[in-house]
Amino acid sequence: MAINRDFLGREYRAPEPYEVTRGKIREFAEAIQDPTPIYSDTATARAAGYTDVIAPPTFPIILGMAGAGQAIVDPELRLDFSMVVHREQRFRYSRPMEAGDLVECVTRISDIKALGGNELMTLDSEMLTVDGEHIVTAVNTLVVRGGAEDDGTAGR
Amino acid sequence: MTATIKYADVEVGEELPEQTYPVRRLDLIRYAGASGDFNEIHWNERVAKSVGLPNVIAHGMFTMAETGRYITDWVGDPGAIVEFGVRFSAPVVVPDDDKGAEVTVSGVIKKKLDDNQVVVAITARSKGVKVLGGSTAVVRLA
Repeated sequence: MAINRDFLGREYRAPEPYEVTRGKIREFAEAIQDPTPIYSDTATARAAGYTDVIAPPTFPIILGMAGAGQAIVDPELRLDFSMVVHREQRFRYSRPMEAGDLVECVTRISDIKALGGNELMTLDSEMLTVDGEHIVTAVNTLVVRGGAEDDGTAGR
Repeated sequence: MTATIKYADVEVGEELPEQTYPVRRLDLIRYAGASGDFNEIHWNERVAKSVGLPNVIAHGMFTMAETGRYITDWVGDPGAIVEFGVRFSAPVVVPDDDKGAEVTVSGVIKKKLDDNQVVVAITARSKGVKVLGGSTAVVRLA
């Protein structure tokens, strides 16, 4: 089943702002085995000019995945999650996330297209503080393997 | 904080020192918990094989995180990354033993931009197979 093209451009806002905490940053940095002190030691982060500890560059995927999750659970989208593979991930940063940030995340379906026998869907997640300061945009491209097989109009 | 690498000191074509990172089953369990990505193909061999994979595979985002660490360790400031993008070209297969898999990351300065920024082209391999392709980071140097 092809992905429902009517969903192109739809937006999903996270139900509440995400609070970036020291504990979550530390847990994430430990999980990626990165001992850089700026992720765990407030004094080091402040000496470097930040307000508090900062998060590693891929930390915003936590919010991005939640945003993608909001979109892909909709049955009308006709996306077979068991066949989904992560194809590309991009981040454009204004600054690192910091402990204490309250982050709004809005995820938009920015592209849906066929590629070979597969379907590609791209989701852009804009992450801004509750005060409207841009932190990062995460762009997530998913492939649905074999997704276009039943769609006679699928091109290349 | 500012980067420890100076823009004036790098040349297009310059290679960054290669680094190798371990990926064990326990690392994937821990990453699942920290990231919230509990997709079973990253920890359950039965499920992974049932969907046609050779074994449990690493989260693509775990590989991207190690690659991010590669860049931030080189530049000396995690806040120096302006853009970071990867394409997952093959999975990192992680066997159920104490050694697991390894990901070897390399980079080369592809372009010098304005405003002290450079484009680093990144490659990651596991068992000789390219697991990240078309991957770049734009970083602001000192």
